[in-house]
Amino acid sequence: MLKQIKDRMISLLIILTGLSILTYGLLYLLPSDPIEVLIDSLGLPHDTETIERLNEEYGFDKPFWIQYWNWLKNIFHGDFGYSVKYSQPVNQALWRKLPNTIKLACSAFIMMIIISFPLGILSAVYKNKIADYIIRFMSFIGVSIPSFWFGMILVYLFGVQLKWLPVAGFTSWKGLIMPTLTLGITNSAYYIRRIRAVMVEQMSEEYISGLKSRGLSKKKIIFRHVLPNSLLAVITMLGMSFGGMLGGTMIVETVFGWNGIGSAAMGAITARDYYLVQGYVLWMGFIYVIVNLVVDISYQFIDPRIRRGMQAK
Amino acid sequence: MKKMKKPLSRSRIIARIKFAVALFFTVLFICFSLFASYLAPYDPLETHYDHMLEAPSSRFIFGTDQLGRDIYSRILYGGKTSLLIAFAVTGIVSFIGILIGTAAGYMGGVFDSLLMRFCDTLMAFPGSIFTIALVSFIGTGVTNMILAMCLTSWTGFARTSRSLVLSIKNNVYIEQAKMGGASDWKILMVYIIPNVLPALLVNIFQSIGSKLLTISGLSLLGLGSPPPTPEWGFMLSEGKNFMYQASWMLTFPGLIILINVVIFNFLSDSIQDLMNPKESVW
Repeated sequence: MLKQIKDRMISLLIILTGLSILTYGLLYLLPSDPIEVLIDSLGLPHDTETIERLNEEYGFDKPFWIQYWNWLKNIFHGDFGYSVKYSQPVNQALWRKLPNTIKLACSAFIMMIIISFPLGILSAVYKNKIADYIIRFMSFIGVSIPSFWFGMILVYLFGVQLKWLPVAGFTSWKGLIMPTLTLGITNSAYYIRRIRAVMVEQMSEEYISGLKSRGLSKKKIIFRHVLPNSLLAVITMLGMSFGGMLGGTMIVETVFGWNGIGSAAMGAITARDYYLVQGYVLWMGFIYVIVNLVVDISYQFIDPRIRRGMQAK
Repeated sequence: MKKMKKPLSRSRIIARIKFAVALFFTVLFICFSLFASYLAPYDPLETHYDHMLEAPSSRFIFGTDQLGRDIYSRILYGGKTSLLIAFAVTGIVSFIGILIGTAAGYMGGVFDSLLMRFCDTLMAFPGSIFTIALVSFIGTGVTNMILAMCLTSWTGFARTSRSLVLSIKNNVYIEQAKMGGASDWKILMVYIIPNVLPALLVNIFQSIGSKLLTISGLSLLGLGSPPPTPEWGFMLSEGKNFMYQASWMLTFPGLIILINVVIFNFLSDSIQDLMNPKESVW
């Protein structure tokens, strides 16, 4: 168990390092010189004197690795650079909007679970019955539907036509409903398919026919045996789904004008505020990696095989 | 036992019908985009200032947009761009990903673990966030969009093909080929890749569908080709602004994205059924 945690930590470190190198490298893909971006972001004049001064301070004339190292040191001090668009440090600009994104991602995540668990289980239990066909059809459409379009249709139906929910000005809890529905429903489609696939696979295992021949009722087999055994695989997928949800927030926030870090990053892209985009990418990657770590560790505690192995040692 | 045998043959027939239907619609919709210039009643950029925001009619079957452009024609031409990018990206990405993935799986060792760490890192960016960031840094436009999508999405193919190779690597026929003196390159090309390719076909067609979604998402955010070019995602973002006056600007482009993604997902599903006739998990 300890060795597993150690391995996990090492791979986490590698991933985070890779994440930061890739994010830092983004600046070098710009058609213009990174130093020009910095000058723009600080609002300084473009003359040789400033360039020299900044070179000295930030080391743009130094090799990539030294620059990266300096940048990384700044990151550890919470300095992600200065955002031109929001006229404040990137860190502050993102920090202020993060709660909104977390709120959206979490409520969508809960919605996804509420929708997908019962439907996934139902679909697997009534395999090749009418209920299964309907659920499969719906989730097939759900997987293929562009989430932003689904969101727009919701706005059109509930905002424009029925006037139940606000079209713009997403400040109250009512404003949370439509973005949550959009993210929750479109993401649950994937999850329903996964839950069904895992459960169907479990149900074709040999021990199930053994249980059947012992005369156990279908209900008992499903709730006592199939479900607990499928749950493990389903939980690992949860981490990935949360990532999809986080990734989806950018487009959904932009469509709904939700004031989170996704729409902030989108605004930064149009304003060529590169430091904010960079900070956003790094934050999202970091959150995703941490969520997956938590899922992985909790998975090891849930799986009785691993848990018992741990006690035996 | 009797129960087991009967659905087997039936499911085979169903799988074949499903595949034929999927193939038919795929070809049909590719043709729609391919022959857009013949099928479109108007030039996609032609403006009809006396017919702005007009509802669907016999003259403009999907209606017109805020500049009086024919939405039907724009959708046809937009398909050309979207499908072209989706095919290009999937083609490049599957080629590179499969090559790297199979090589890593076959060789193992340092190259393999380095590659897997690299894939892990690229996959640690949730959703299409890194693709969006890449496009915003290297600049918008079709080529940059293709480049960014390629850079971020080859990892899926690399991983899948690697795990497939690992599952067949220790088969006897590969041992025999080795003993027969075949070079690593030959074993990879003749014995391994042809064996893993069919299973990857499912992923390839699924990838086209998901790429279509990414493309329209990027162009919705204004990161696709510059405005006058018709693009489904961008048409939607325009439609959003005219939601009150012209709902058709929202409905048709979205519907067409949905239909195209459905078709490619359906094709990939049907290939899965065709290759795995015993019990389709999905």
